[in-house]
Amino acid sequence: MLDNLTQRLTGVIKTLRGQARLTESNIQDALREVRMALLEADVALPVVKEFTAHVKEAALGQEVIGNLNPGQALIGVVHRELTKLMGEQNVGLNLATTPPAVILMAGLQGAGKTTSSGKLAKMLQTQQKKKVLLVSCDVYRPAAIEQLRTLAQQLEVDFFPSDLSQKPVDIALAAHDYAKRHYHDVLIVDTAGRLAIDAEMMDEIKQLHAKLNPVETLFVVDAMTGQDAVNTAKAFGDALPLTGVILTKLDGDARGGAALSVRNVTGKPIKFVGVSEKMTGLEAFHPERMASRVLGMGDVLSLIEEAHREVDQAEAAKLAEKVKKGEGFDLNDFKMQIVQMRKMGGVAGLLDKLPAQLSQAAAGSKVDDKQIDRIEGIINSMTPAERAKPELLKASRKRRIAAGAGVQVMHVNQLLNQFEQTQKMMKMFSKGGMAKMMRGMKGMLPGMGR
Amino acid sequence: MLSFLKKSAADTEPAGQSGWLGRLKSGLARTGGQLSSLFAGGGKIDDELYEDLETVLITSDVGMDATSLLMADLRRHVREQHLTDAAQLKEALGACLLRLLQPLAQPLDASGHKPFVIMLCGVNGAGKTTSIGKLAKYFQNQGKSVLLAAGDTFRAAAREQLMTWGERNNVTVIAQQSGDAAAVIFDAVQAAQARGIDIVLADTAGRLATQAHLMEEIRKVKRVIAKALPDAPHEVLLVLDANTGQNALSQTKAFDEALGVTGLVLTKLDGTAKGGIVAAIARAHPIPVRFIGVGEGLDDLRPFVAEEFVAALLELNDD
Ligand SMILES: Nc1nc2c(ncn2[C@@H]2O[C@H](COP(=O)(O)OP(=O)(O)OP(=O)(O)O)[C@@H](O)[C@H]2O)c(=O)[nH]1
Ligand SMILES: Nc1nc2c(ncn2[C@@H]2O[C@H](COP(=O)(O)OP(=O)(O)O)[C@@H](O)[C@H]2O)c(=O)[nH]1
Ligand SMILES: [Mg+2]
Ligand SMILES: [Mg+2]
Repeated sequence: MLDNLTQRLTGVIKTLRGQARLTESNIQDALREVRMALLEADVALPVVKEFTAHVKEAALGQEVIGNLNPGQALIGVVHRELTKLMGEQNVGLNLATTPPAVILMAGLQGAGKTTSSGKLAKMLQTQQKKKVLLVSCDVYRPAAIEQLRTLAQQLEVDFFPSDLSQKPVDIALAAHDYAKRHYHDVLIVDTAGRLAIDAEMMDEIKQLHAKLNPVETLFVVDAMTGQDAVNTAKAFGDALPLTGVILTKLDGDARGGAALSVRNVTGKPIKFVGVSEKMTGLEAFHPERMASRVLGMGDVLSLIEEAHREVDQAEAAKLAEKVKKGEGFDLNDFKMQIVQMRKMGGVAGLLDKLPAQLSQAAAGSKVDDKQIDRIEGIINSMTPAERAKPELLKASRKRRIAAGAGVQVMHVNQLLNQFEQTQKMMKMFSKGGMAKMMRGMKGMLPGMGR
Repeated sequence: MLSFLKKSAADTEPAGQSGWLGRLKSGLARTGGQLSSLFAGGGKIDDELYEDLETVLITSDVGMDATSLLMADLRRHVREQHLTDAAQLKEALGACLLRLLQPLAQPLDASGHKPFVIMLCGVNGAGKTTSIGKLAKYFQNQGKSVLLAAGDTFRAAAREQLMTWGERNNVTVIAQQSGDAAAVIFDAVQAAQARGIDIVLADTAGRLATQAHLMEEIRKVKRVIAKALPDAPHEVLLVLDANTGQNALSQTKAFDEALGVTGLVLTKLDGTAKGGIVAAIARAHPIPVRFIGVGEGLDDLRPFVAEEFVAALLELNDD
């Protein structure tokens, strides 16, 4: 993606270099770029206007610290403010009520309500050991009830059957009654998709809400939604006392500016994000990551979290400890990183999560899994002593290693280069600072920064 | 006045407000409403007016690139035509937008092959299955025989959803218990040949362009269709939700690259979303818009007519 903010600002930043403070005049161009970037990310125009005004206020007079330039300082402000606006921290479900706690799903056609209902049921059942009942009030869309029934069966969650001849409110009340009698902790009520301007249908869901008195009323919205997100969210927010939002289809490549629009208009927290069609694909919402995504900074944080999940925890802890103590990050660690990278879906999987700028550079340099194989081969040809002390590697050893791995000495040198960069990055990381790490990240991928 | 609109408006429907144009317009009323009030005064053309116009385009998902293009076009137009009255600007913008969109208005011609195989693709929840239901009706109205292929073998009850549309239209649906989309559609194409059917409509599972394996799978579906019938599919329709923002452009590029998309269907125009994204598509990656969806019923499908789309988007009518 060419149009990410970091890139946009690069040009502007140049003109700002050497200025010690953010001022009205030196951030004007940069702010215009911020506005453009947000619009391209589908943040709704009224929200963009409000936000840029806010950023300006927050930025003015800020000192430009250390070796940052004003443009970078401004990105910092933008990211911080955006995160704040997204809600600072993750908010979970509040199910504290006399059971059954009712969750009501609402949203446009095709937003992901039924799928999210299934995912929530699964999450509550497995993670919180809740006894969940699913019911569909969608008597309009063909096979909508059947869709939820199928999901419930797959998930082994209780399902309350309904049929097309029934009224949605009657279905919901019957399900509620059933849930009470069968000691379900949670009742999840799926509803038909509806347009915010469809008065009759909006009236129907208001009635559902009135009769069910749900503890959670979740507005489900597609991450690909454009400018109209503000209108839809406003209409649903006006009709129903929403308690939260589920943002779906984040596994796509949409920048997801709708998240900001919806959050801004409803004032309600985004509680979950959908990241897959599968029933396991529901995750907690992380405002900071979303801010990075909207700004085109890449999902660096989720990259790191994923690394945590996939990677041998003990190994990772050892490495973290080493890095923290400022001890040498050696070729053994480097190799471990590569193995980890494999586990995380190889280069392609990794690239998806890197900041746009970097993944572009990486794509340009044609990094592929073959290269990673080669690196692994080279490290395997080293002795343990060499891996622990790369400075041992003089010309003759390099020749031996190259021969052993079936590559040229040049390739061994390249690898050592990359290793050094990574080592530097690790040092930066240990001193803290996401921004530093992101700049240093180039060194982590073989073949980059050449 | 508004001569470019007169013809088509008169041609298609006795523009009763309950007609589809009326429904489309009422959905688009927000944009139009803003515009009408902007231009009602008949004041002078100034920067503020241009900015308000730009706002209208941006909030319709036209995108920054196409918006800049349209605004430059509009300014040139104003200069060349020596326009001075704010009221004229509305029509001028309509003309610019129409110039951009007109090339996309190429109706689907489904004659020339028998069966004529149409494959639908798109992201999750865009409206593929529903559009098939409506298309079946559309072609039957033209006296053609239709057969449906239940190629979404992934989503829960997707098959049952299509079967219902089959019943509503009283047409055959070819479906299997198996999970192989290509096999189902292959069967359907062969069945259509054997039965002398005119039109095959093949449903596929929704997928995001980031899911490389699913994009590969749909490429395979297309290849397998060609094995059943050389030249087929004769039309690859990409279904886009009018609520979609700038990502619709990436969708268009990605599906086109994978499949060679020959036409677009823009759904859910009965809502408040303006569907301005087609202007961005016209600018960056033009592909004909064959149909628009204006509701969830059997009859809520219309051929795309640029004049009407522009008129509805900007609420350009003679009143
Ligand atoms: N890739 C991906 N697909 C999703 C996600 N959430 C939902 N979907 C898909 O989006 C499509 C629509 O989802 P549904 O759950 O049927 O949406 P809905 O809001 O119930 O739709 P209607 O009942 O038709 O209004 C389906 O194909 C789902 O598989 C997600 O997070 N990622
Ligand atoms: N209001 C409205 N809803 C639509 C339209 N087209 C499809 N839908 C709805 O959008 C949802 C998703 O449609 P579906 O055909 O299942 O999408 P698919 O996943 O692409 O096959 C369903 O609830 C449809 O009823 C339309 O033109 N207008
Ligand atoms: Mg549903
Ligand atoms: Mg479908």
